[in-house]
Amino acid sequence: MKANSIKGYCRLAAFLMLLFSLASYGDQEVSTQQPLLDALNNLKQGSMSEREQAITQLAGIGQSSLGILQALLDGKLFTLKSDAKLVIGIDNNQGYDISDAVSGTALGAIERADVNKINLTNKLRVSLRKIIGELELSADDPLIRLAAVKAMGNEDDDAVLALLQARAGVEKDATVLKAINVVFLLKEMNSSDKAVRIKAIEALKEQNNLDVVNRLNVMVEKDEGGNYLETDVEVRNIAKAALIKINSRLQLYSTIETVFFGLSLGAVLVLAAIGLAITFGVMGVINMAHGELMMLGAYTTYVMQQLMPNHLGVSVLLSIPAAFMISALVGIAIERGIIRFLYGRPLETLLATFGVSLILQQSVRSIFSPLNRSVATPEWMSGSWQINDFLSLTWNRFYILVFCLMVFVLLLQILKRTRLGLEVRAVAQNRNMARAMGIPTAKVDALTFGLGSGIAGVAGVALSQITNVGPNLGQAYIVDSFMVVVFGGVGNLWGTLVAGFVLGIANKFLEPFAGAVLAKILVLVFIILFIQKRPRGLFPQKGRAADS
Amino acid sequence: MKLTGLGHDKTATMVLVALAAVTFIIPFCNLALPADSPMHFSAYTVSLLGKYLTFALLGLSLDLVWGYCGILALGHGAFFALGGYAMGMYLMRQIGTRGVYGDPLLPDFMVFLNWKELPWYWLGFDHFWFALLMVVLVPGVLAFVFGWLAFRSRVTGVYLSIITQALTYALLLAFFRNEMGFGGNNGLTDFKELLGFNIQSEAVRAMLLMMSGITLMTAFLVCRWLVNTKLGRVVTAIRDQESRVRFLGYRVEMFKLWIFVFAAMLAGVAGALYVPQVGIINPSEFSPLNSLEIVIWVAMGGRGTLYGAIIGAVLVNYSKTVLTGLMPEIWLFSLGAVFVIVTVLLPDGIVGLLRRRLQEQHS
Repeated sequence: MKANSIKGYCRLAAFLMLLFSLASYGDQEVSTQQPLLDALNNLKQGSMSEREQAITQLAGIGQSSLGILQALLDGKLFTLKSDAKLVIGIDNNQGYDISDAVSGTALGAIERADVNKINLTNKLRVSLRKIIGELELSADDPLIRLAAVKAMGNEDDDAVLALLQARAGVEKDATVLKAINVVFLLKEMNSSDKAVRIKAIEALKEQNNLDVVNRLNVMVEKDEGGNYLETDVEVRNIAKAALIKINSRLQLYSTIETVFFGLSLGAVLVLAAIGLAITFGVMGVINMAHGELMMLGAYTTYVMQQLMPNHLGVSVLLSIPAAFMISALVGIAIERGIIRFLYGRPLETLLATFGVSLILQQSVRSIFSPLNRSVATPEWMSGSWQINDFLSLTWNRFYILVFCLMVFVLLLQILKRTRLGLEVRAVAQNRNMARAMGIPTAKVDALTFGLGSGIAGVAGVALSQITNVGPNLGQAYIVDSFMVVVFGGVGNLWGTLVAGFVLGIANKFLEPFAGAVLAKILVLVFIILFIQKRPRGLFPQKGRAADS
Repeated sequence: MKLTGLGHDKTATMVLVALAAVTFIIPFCNLALPADSPMHFSAYTVSLLGKYLTFALLGLSLDLVWGYCGILALGHGAFFALGGYAMGMYLMRQIGTRGVYGDPLLPDFMVFLNWKELPWYWLGFDHFWFALLMVVLVPGVLAFVFGWLAFRSRVTGVYLSIITQALTYALLLAFFRNEMGFGGNNGLTDFKELLGFNIQSEAVRAMLLMMSGITLMTAFLVCRWLVNTKLGRVVTAIRDQESRVRFLGYRVEMFKLWIFVFAAMLAGVAGALYVPQVGIINPSEFSPLNSLEIVIWVAMGGRGTLYGAIIGAVLVNYSKTVLTGLMPEIWLFSLGAVFVIVTVLLPDGIVGLLRRRLQEQHS
């Protein structure tokens, strides 16, 4: 007891000390903020000359005043009528949501009549814009600098150019430097000296920049009278050549993008098909409820997210094992409860598992409502990876591609290195012989089915990140994933991988010409014709395993 | 009697008698008896029964390929829907200027899409005989091409099942498109006349029920005759031991192909009888679930018996009408359960169950 109370005192003391130190820290901050407060006081005064002075003062403080300046420029800076406090307000239709301009703490909503906006003259606005640009140009974050350069490049102003010129001297980041360079080259294209212009075009044709493409396109266009906008033939021809070069690169990037989309679609197909490939390869059984097991995985993600709404990333990661377990258990239940009685009758198995899929679908519909549920994507998975102006790849598809490969490698290792994997392969190759060698085939069947179903659940987690989660989620994938299995060759995981990616890429390449639906139909027709030539798929099983 | 083999089979005779009763007595009761008579059947009952009969015909055609040839076709609904569309196109042409837009040449949905002229594949559908020809030809040709490709390369078992499902899925996607010229996801509807008679009138409904019944009975007898011919025997042998039949020198793929094409044509006829009775045909008829439902009718009734398919189709659809009326949620649960129970516990369906009972009684 005594020890406890001493501990309690210690804790109290520590807490008090912490409070104290915080208070003194606050004091210190006030002293360093003195110039800022002075400047803001000036800003609050009525006359424009005082405001101009305030802006200069704020500019002198540097980066930390950028937010206030930007708010001032956007007309979001106000003083409260009650105590003349300076606030930043964001319009919320009825009034403003305000926050303290200095500390940034939110102060709630307020009516329009309770604040005065700090107005600017046009002259002040111009100089303010310049100051903001200057501050942004020297910001620590290269992305802010890059954005500033791009924004300034559109302004035709010598002062801006001078700023950029100054920045180019000290800039260390290669991307920003390149962007500044492009701005200057674009200006040089307007030069009166023909040689300078040609040199600028020659330099610009190496850049992946949409502004460059637009500028060059203008040069080779005709006006309404049929005359070229660019009068100089030589310059025009060089511009044409440069455009051709840039366009061929554009083509390349769009091909890369299509391949990427194809790969990500393929990754989804592989994830969906690989579990099916295992159960079909080992047991010769088509599990029509496979899609619904994916749906269960997707709903698991949804439920996990409802359970911990504040930890999106963690919930998605935790959903992977959870979805695996749930789908695997349901899968084993299906195998033990139904499929076990139907061995040797693949068509009946197909019908029975279809019945299961109907029941699962309707259960989900009854529990979660027939409406689609949307699953939030964690921050590190949303947005896209902007490689250059011509090419950007979305992160969620990128992660799914990586995830698919990870699952594939893991599965390959399980089949190759574990006892279960060995037994699974033995049963797949020759069931009777395996049984004769003492392998408990019934147990292996159940575990294989569990493994395949679990992977379906994991695939569902991945799917929940790219589409809405609904009771019909699985239906769309059963035909596609079976096509992948057939195309790749039964009993060969590599075949499934290659087939999934090939079909995904083929689909995405056909889409621009034929439309999504027709592309799908064409792929189906192709597979039907392909089976004519190679009934056992791309990678047929060889040797004694290939019975019947 | 010898020709149809009915003499040996009491159940088949009973089913046929029941069908004849439905076909001839119910339309009579509907038309001739006053509405307050206890024997009067409402127009609703008449069109419901007519619908069941077309489903029975559809089930019968599937039993031919699945029960006798062992091909589990999961896309049989596609042929039904194609036959239905062919009839629907004829009925669309009969609307003439009575559409919402009153265009003398184009159906409403084409006017709506700003089309200027009739697509070539709509030509000829003004004539009833042409539409009837298409009702059997379109499903037949599709089945021929598909079957020729599939059977020649010896695609069998679950592969074939899934590919047939892919076929109907592809058609579903295609018919949903407005550009196809079949009315997009609304399909074809608002029919007015059939051969100059008002399609809504009770007399036409009763006639359609009669037509469905007569067609079903004829088809039933033809199928019974067919499975007892040499062709039918070979087909049954293929179901039981495909490779042995091939080694005996039969061209297995040809037998399969013809039975498949014939069944597809029957399904097309069923679709053509179905559409005027329900007054609409839309792409949802192509949905894979519909085709799977046909399979479960046959499985539940008992496959490889022909009359089993008829019993199953009527029974399942009757329960569907009742259950969806009472509690829509229950329907999919019970349909799923039927799939599981029939395949696990009743491999020979209701007919098989009854037969076993009878045998037990005898012994």
